[in-house]
Amino acid sequence: MNIITLSGLDLTLAAFLIFLLGVLSLFLRLGQTRQLFTASVRCTVQLLIMGLILKLLFAAANPAAIIIMAFVMLLSAGQAVTSRIHRPLAGRWWSYFFGVSAMFLSSFTVTLFALLIIIDIKPWYTPQYAIPLLGMLLGNTMTGVALSMDTLTTTVFQHKNIIEGRLMLGEKWRDAARDQITGAIRTGLTPIINSMATTGIVALPGMMTGQILAGSPPMVAVTYQILIMFLIAAGTGFGVILAVQITARHLFDHRHRLRLDRLSDGDI
Amino acid sequence: MHVFTIKNLQILDMPPFNLELQAGECIAITGDSGCGKSLFLRALADLDPNPGEIFLDGKASSSYHPWQWRRQVGLLPSESSWWLAKVEDHFPGEGANLYQQLTAIGLTANILNSHTHRLSSGERQRLSLLRLLRNKPSILLLDEPTANLDNNNSALVERILKKYQQDHGATLIWVTHNLSQARRVANRHLQFTKHRVREVKGI
Repeated sequence: MNIITLSGLDLTLAAFLIFLLGVLSLFLRLGQTRQLFTASVRCTVQLLIMGLILKLLFAAANPAAIIIMAFVMLLSAGQAVTSRIHRPLAGRWWSYFFGVSAMFLSSFTVTLFALLIIIDIKPWYTPQYAIPLLGMLLGNTMTGVALSMDTLTTTVFQHKNIIEGRLMLGEKWRDAARDQITGAIRTGLTPIINSMATTGIVALPGMMTGQILAGSPPMVAVTYQILIMFLIAAGTGFGVILAVQITARHLFDHRHRLRLDRLSDGDI
Repeated sequence: MHVFTIKNLQILDMPPFNLELQAGECIAITGDSGCGKSLFLRALADLDPNPGEIFLDGKASSSYHPWQWRRQVGLLPSESSWWLAKVEDHFPGEGANLYQQLTAIGLTANILNSHTHRLSSGERQRLSLLRLLRNKPSILLLDEPTANLDNNNSALVERILKKYQQDHGATLIWVTHNLSQARRVANRHLQFTKHRVREVKGI
């Protein structure tokens, strides 16, 4: 099967649709026109740069370069997590640190597991596999971690009276904040569970679609998609659980006191 | 019998102060809003960090597990919290014993089936008190326990507290805006002002 490469003109035509949406959003006074255009430009520039870097990486296949790349991706994901938390931990560094640690431990481990054991590609750092896999995992784990950390800090703040009421009755911090902790984990896990449940019926996943458009046989694309879904669910799950646990721990001190002074004032 | 000792407790910008309470004493705390009365109770329950020290029978709060300390030094907040759907969910175990305790605070077993958001303020406060007393605290920290109650409920709560104090030799630290209540229930009186805490002789 021939792969039809896209020309600059093809993409310009697609960009015209974004332009139309921008005009419509201006007309409806959504106040999002600027964000829409900035996001489109960022998307284009970032992907082009990523394309160039991948081209270089694929040519070199140097493990050191790939590991550096992986960490750059991780640290940017950490930045994205911090910016999505409405009431971050006081000293933004903490939110960043917890988010990055959770994503590192989950995404990196799951990616390595996939490369070394499941796909069993040699060498394991073959960039055609390592970078896209890590990217998919980090991207999804990031969303889950941000969502769950945001939910945790927000609900703990809102339910201060309940949590302290339970502490007053002699509960340990983990029991006193149990509802908020499980709620936050659940919120972080819901999107991936829902997307696994509806994938293939309601939506064709982007990765699979891309593979098929690029000429792969459907069954190959499907098996890869199933693998990716499982990896994403596991990576997101571990990452969310870890992020929520360490963040919750940080909101209480050794005397089991709720330390809301460790949350910044926030914007809600 | 327990002695409750407070050393160098620091509330807001006031100079550190000391206080010693014997078993079975009741001290009334009065003062304007914002003077730190609630913060004082929170510090005693070890809910906020404080440079001061608190001792129960000569043992520092830090030598207890925090959850053990808070079972011994029980704080009744001015607004009670209910985080489960029904009253009974907040009172696990203890069938017959619980019914007796409910009768003692003027309620029947029917209340256990009620939804917590449908309770009247009097019922809420009495149930909140019962929930706390089931920990058998030796020190009771009471943050305006009758502030939102009508006269009947107020008198009922006072009676429950005095009875618990007598039966268990408990020490009561009772924040109130009502001076006649302070005279009725307490044998000592601590006054909070913007700048300091002082004990008033003769209540």
